[in-house]
Amino acid sequence: MPDISFEGITYDCAADETVLDSLTRHGVLLPSGCRSGSCHACKVKAIKGKPPVASQAGLREPLKEQNYFLACMCKPDEALEIALADASDKYSATVIEKSWLNDTVVRIRLTRPEGFNYRAGQFINLLRTSDQLARSYSLASIEGDDFLEVHIKRVPEGRMSNWLCDELQQDQEISFFGPSGSCFYVQGKAEQPLLLAGTGTGLAPLYGIARDAIRAGHTGPIQLFHASHGAEGLYYSSELEQLAAAHAQLTCTACVLQGDIPEGALSGAVDAAVVNRLGDLAGYRVFLCGDAPVVELMQRSFFFAGASMQDIYADAFSFTPAG
Amino acid sequence: MTTLFEKIGGQASVNAAIDPFYRRVLGDPYVSRFFEGVDMVKQAEKQRTFLTMAFGGPHNYSGLDMRKGHKHLVHEMGLNGTHFDHILAHLRSTLAGLGVGEALIAEVVAVAESTRADVLDL
Ligand SMILES: Cc1cc2nc3c(=O)[nH]c(=O)nc-3n(C[C@H](O)[C@H](O)[C@H](O)COP(=O)(O)OP(=O)(O)OC[C@H]3O[C@@H](n4cnc5c(N)ncnc54)[C@H](O)[C@@H]3O)c2cc1C
Ligand code: HEM
Repeated sequence: MPDISFEGITYDCAADETVLDSLTRHGVLLPSGCRSGSCHACKVKAIKGKPPVASQAGLREPLKEQNYFLACMCKPDEALEIALADASDKYSATVIEKSWLNDTVVRIRLTRPEGFNYRAGQFINLLRTSDQLARSYSLASIEGDDFLEVHIKRVPEGRMSNWLCDELQQDQEISFFGPSGSCFYVQGKAEQPLLLAGTGTGLAPLYGIARDAIRAGHTGPIQLFHASHGAEGLYYSSELEQLAAAHAQLTCTACVLQGDIPEGALSGAVDAAVVNRLGDLAGYRVFLCGDAPVVELMQRSFFFAGASMQDIYADAFSFTPAG
Repeated sequence: MTTLFEKIGGQASVNAAIDPFYRRVLGDPYVSRFFEGVDMVKQAEKQRTFLTMAFGGPHNYSGLDMRKGHKHLVHEMGLNGTHFDHILAHLRSTLAGLGVGEALIAEVVAVAESTRADVLDL
């Protein structure tokens, strides 16, 4: 019978026994709930071996692709090494380049550590070694790039962002955990229209997702919206223009809440502006990143405009509560 | 004998009902506040569990679980029988919108109705 390894120990799984039951029998209690594949409380990840298709029913595509499965529905056909859903490895990288994209956003490029694999749009947790302070930053690079790229917005009084903006130097080493998150492009349905909308540095993962989709041969229209409070918060306008010029399926539009409106940009609240521009969103695959309240607003508005909840992927940049 | 879950079309029907049902619930100001969690996707997943139960599908929730799962809503947020009626109405109109016949709708609503005392901690 197939073995199951978990946290360095190997357990036998009896015929017709689920991973959850087997571990329970051995005294290892995974989080669990309904035991029938509905609640997803026992979702775990296979880091070696392939979980059976039946154990992934009902999971979203990005999770399936990362070998997540439901322990209560998994009768393994091969040996599996499993980990809890949020486990990730630690890596170390060197700062290759730092450059300012506007007054408050700095781009940092890091060497790509050996063995670090990720999907464009995922995020990493950068670590300040001196006090173990950790914060999440989304990757703007794609797997084909030989560097990792993050966009950091300076937050007033922000501990990590100011350190990254001012203290971290070129050639310095920095550690991180990851990758995490399931806001990324999954191959299939190449003709499906995509809607990518984000505020501020929410552009970072969207820039990665757009390039990843194009590289994967996506043929359907890709609508990318970059929203900001004011025009001064926008960046990467020429990169987006070039990308759109090179790929007919891509359209990039800026959206500014108040103040001067750059040429070709939309004005007002981004959720309303997008729905106004695109109309019915039924059939769209949607990626949302950035400021948490705006991401939630867009999620709701785009759902009401016809997008299916199953097709909405979001990374809200929620900030760490003080203390 | 075919079960209610089979008659109504199983998991495929649950999938078809999730979006319209959740749109109705979120669009109803009388009950939407109960469902406005930070994570809409997780909330939508809970609708899957709810619909699977109501359609007589496989689940492992006991009445006691229903009681525990909604207790904080009853005692901290004032969940009551009228809210319950609203959810049943949304269930009904969602199914009607998907073309499910009246007899089957009545069976589904009866299943949901059977959880009233537990959900409302009566
Ligand atoms: C999944 C995920 C992905 C992320 N990706 C990115 C990214 O690509 N680029 C990026 O710049 N950031 C990103 N963030 C945000 C980032 O992780 C930090 O929260 C942010 O940089 C602030 O950290 P800090 O240590 O500088 O501030 P802290 O020291 O934690 O906070 C200082 C003060 O500022 C407040 N505060 C923090 N953030 C904000 C804000 N946005 N608006 C208003 N007040 C705030 C805090 O409440 C606190 O009072 C992401 C967050 C998540 C969860
Ligand atoms: C009609 C009978 C009902 C059934 C069968 C039912 C079923 C369920 C189930 C199975 C869950 C748990 C989902 C999970 O954890 O995966 C749940 C959670 C929940 N239910 Fe119900 N429910 C009913 C009525 C209601 C009503 C009337 C309301 C409010 C108007 C409500 C609001 C909620 C909320 C907000 C949660 C999430 C609780 C949390 O996560 O804290 N339910 N319900």
